[in-house]
Parts: sequence; structure tokens; C-alpha cells
Amino acid sequence: MTGAPAVPGSAAGPGDSGAAPGGAGNAGTAAALRGPGAPVSSVLVVGASAAGLATAEALRRKGFTGKLTLLGAEPHLPYDRPPLSKQVLSGQWDPRRAQLRPETVLAALDAEIALGEAATGLDAAARAVTTETGRVITADAVVIATGIRARHLPGAAGLGGVHVLRTMEDALRLKGELAGARRLVVVGDGVLGAEIAATASGLGPDTTLVGPQAAPMATQLGTAVAKYLAELHTERGVGLRPGVGVAGLEERDGRVTGVRLETGEILPADAVVVSIGSLPVTEWLSGSGLRIGNGIVCDANCLAAESIWAVGDVARWHHQGLGRSLRLENRTNATEQAAAVAANILGADLPYTPVPYFWTDQFDAKIQVYGLPSVGGELEVLEGDPAARRFVAAYRSAGRITGVVGWRMPKQARQHRQSLVESYS
Amino acid sequence: MRITVDEDKCCGAGSCVLVAPDVFDQRDEDGIVVLLEPAPAAEHHESVREAASVCPALAIDVDEAA
Repeated sequence: MTGAPAVPGSAAGPGDSGAAPGGAGNAGTAAALRGPGAPVSSVLVVGASAAGLATAEALRRKGFTGKLTLLGAEPHLPYDRPPLSKQVLSGQWDPRRAQLRPETVLAALDAEIALGEAATGLDAAARAVTTETGRVITADAVVIATGIRARHLPGAAGLGGVHVLRTMEDALRLKGELAGARRLVVVGDGVLGAEIAATASGLGPDTTLVGPQAAPMATQLGTAVAKYLAELHTERGVGLRPGVGVAGLEERDGRVTGVRLETGEILPADAVVVSIGSLPVTEWLSGSGLRIGNGIVCDANCLAAESIWAVGDVARWHHQGLGRSLRLENRTNATEQAAAVAANILGADLPYTPVPYFWTDQFDAKIQVYGLPSVGGELEVLEGDPAARRFVAAYRSAGRITGVVGWRMPKQARQHRQSLVESYS
Repeated sequence: MRITVDEDKCCGAGSCVLVAPDVFDQRDEDGIVVLLEPAPAAEHHESVREAASVCPALAIDVDEAA
């Protein structure tokens, strides 16, 4: 999420260049060039999940009355992903409840919503997107919100009993598997892996969480708080195997039988979830001329090229407050960045400088994380008491607060967010 | 304008309070949304629409006609 190399500052985005040609149908004068601030009468949003839909909604909310197209690769109406590893996987929610907006609200957007039609190519200079049906859609502004896909272990795809979790289909397949599984191994100790282990262990299977870190989510929570998460998982019966990598999977007759660790040890399993991170969906942009490097490289305003924007999990933009590039894979960034991009399309010309924020729910713990905690940083308890499993704490690094973590104190954690704003703006 | 909130869907992110602090608050004990003004004055309508839009749990419903 944040460990990738920083991209050199690209504050002078391609949109600032006066040399790019004007779009078809305009006068071709300098005034007609569509950089930030130029009038836009049509917008194509590629990607119909949280970030894409939120961009479309924000455009309308901010007064955009032009032609709006929302293109989605998945066949479903836009749905929300955070519930997939929690309420949908546990069966607490009917899958329909994860739908982002009811059809009446989508209809009121007055947009063409084309679903089950993946984009296959982009001509950035012409702002033309080709789809898998061969259709070509052009617009004054193109917003790329194609998100990420799950990384897999080499050779593991297609093996019976092995799962990843990114889509609704993935969640329902895994849910079905867990109903009959006796021994589940979750490979990967990030946010998603920890959430899946927490949910799955409550459904019956004997659950083990394995990963290279000292404790689950150490990268996101810092080691001091991740230690509390490890304690919680252990108390609730999840077997933790920290500090060890996975070498591969064992199989018999096309079905998984175990997970082979780098130490040579084999953890027996009749079901395995692989949650070892994700890959930005950018293959379709090869040859487009956009800069790709762990996501779509954007300037401080989230502009990737003239009149081409990126938003959500797929966007690596230059965070001016931090002085480096950042790509965030979380739900709150999808809507916040969407609002920023919509405003910029309509001429706001503002850098996007959020305080990163995400939450996770595991067992009875609601954990909120503001900022980017320093992994090995020193922890200062601000409110409550870690021993009582209810606290807000801050991480400091070189005397500066880098992150605030709340544990079963969402309101109080939010109130301490203010202490981070200056560092990020 | 009439606002309704779904406490079961609310994830306690507090995004609504950051955008419209005169209309929304959170419970001290678990962070779940508290609706201070179900029928807010016109001056708050714009921020309420934004709060509903940025809510990561989609727990806020705004009826413009009411």
C-alpha cells in the first residue's frame, strides 16, 4: 500500500502543457484546450465500483449536466467490497444488501451505465476508450477507476479449494467452501487476510493465518497495535503462524491438501485463501502513453494526462502534503478522491491531500486508522486503556505524529484526526 | 429535506460528522451515527448531500421531496 518507491514529483502535469492538441469538435485555439479549468461537456468513467460511481455522483452533485457514461467490467450493478470479507462471507447479509445504490437512485444519475463491458484500450490523445465489444467511446474527460485484482500464488489458480477474495462471486464461492471445510489456511497477514481469518473462524473451520510479519496487519497498524490484534485472534481460536513465508501449495488430484511453508513444514488444509496483495488493473492501458508504475502515475490533482484522470485503488498520485506519491487501497479514499477528481474536472484545480483513513472490523474490535502509522514507531495512548481493549493511540516518528489508531473508540479516534491534518496538508 | 440513517449499516467512520457537524454526531460508546437534525435547515442541505455521498457504508438516505 505505501511501501512502493516514490515517484518523483510531477506537479507540472501533462494537463498543464499547452502543446497538446485540442479535442475533436472544438475550435483548436489555445482557449479551447482542455486542461484543468476548461469546460467539459461529456465525461466517461471507466470502472463502476465505489470510486467510479462516486465520481459520477460527485459530478452531478457539483452541477455537471453533460453526458455521463459509467463503464463497468463486472455484470452486477455497482456493489460495495468491504462487506465481502465480513457480512457477506459470514452470511449475515444477503448479497443484495451490498449493492451501492438502489436502481431508482442510479436512474436519477441520468448516466449511461454499461455493465459487463470491460475497457480494452485507451487512446489518450483522442480521449477514446475501446471496450471488449469493439465499441469506441469518446468524451471530453476520461476518469480511470479500474481498481485492482487479487494477486495469486504462482500455479495456484484453478486448484480445487483455493480461493482469492475480490469480487462478489469470489465471496460467495468462499462462503460455500467454508460451509464444508474443516481446516482453512489463510495465506497473507494484511488487512484482508486478517478479516477473512476472523470471519471464517466464526463459521466453523479450524483456521490458521500465516504471513511474513511479526503480527497481522503490522504494516497498517504498527507493530505495537498489531500485537493486540494477534492476541485477539489467538484468544478467539485463530492459529497464527507469524514471521514465515509460504513456499507453495500441496495438492492431490487437483485439490489442495496443504500449505508448504518456507521452513519445509506443511500445514494441512482442505481450503486455502490467498490474500497476498493486489495488482492495479492497468494492462488494458499498455500503449496508451500513460505512465504506469504500481498504478497510474498522476500529478497532485490526480491528472494522468490531458483530460485523463485516475481515481481509487488504481491511482498513484503525488500527495503534496507528504511530498511523495501514494496509492491507497481503501474504501474511504475511493469516495474522497472521487469528490476531488470531480471538482477538478469542473475546474477546481486543487491538489488532493487527504489524511488517509481506513477501518476494519474483526471479532468485537472496530479499529480505525488515520494517517500512516510508522511501523516501528513509539506508541502514545491518548484515551482509554489498551488493557481494557478500548483506546486511542498515536504513533510518533522523529517527534511528529504520523498516525492515530482507535480500538473500539471510533468517535474519539475521529476527534484526534485533527492532530494529523497539518502534517498532510 | 428529510434524513434517515441506518444504524445497522453504519460503520462508525464519522465521515458525515467531518462534513456536516451540525447535523450528524456519533455515539460515544461505539461511534454509530446520531442524527441531530432529521429535517435540517436549507443552509445545511448541501453539506448533508455531500455527507450522504461520502458515507462509506451508504447508511444515510436523503429524501429531497420531504
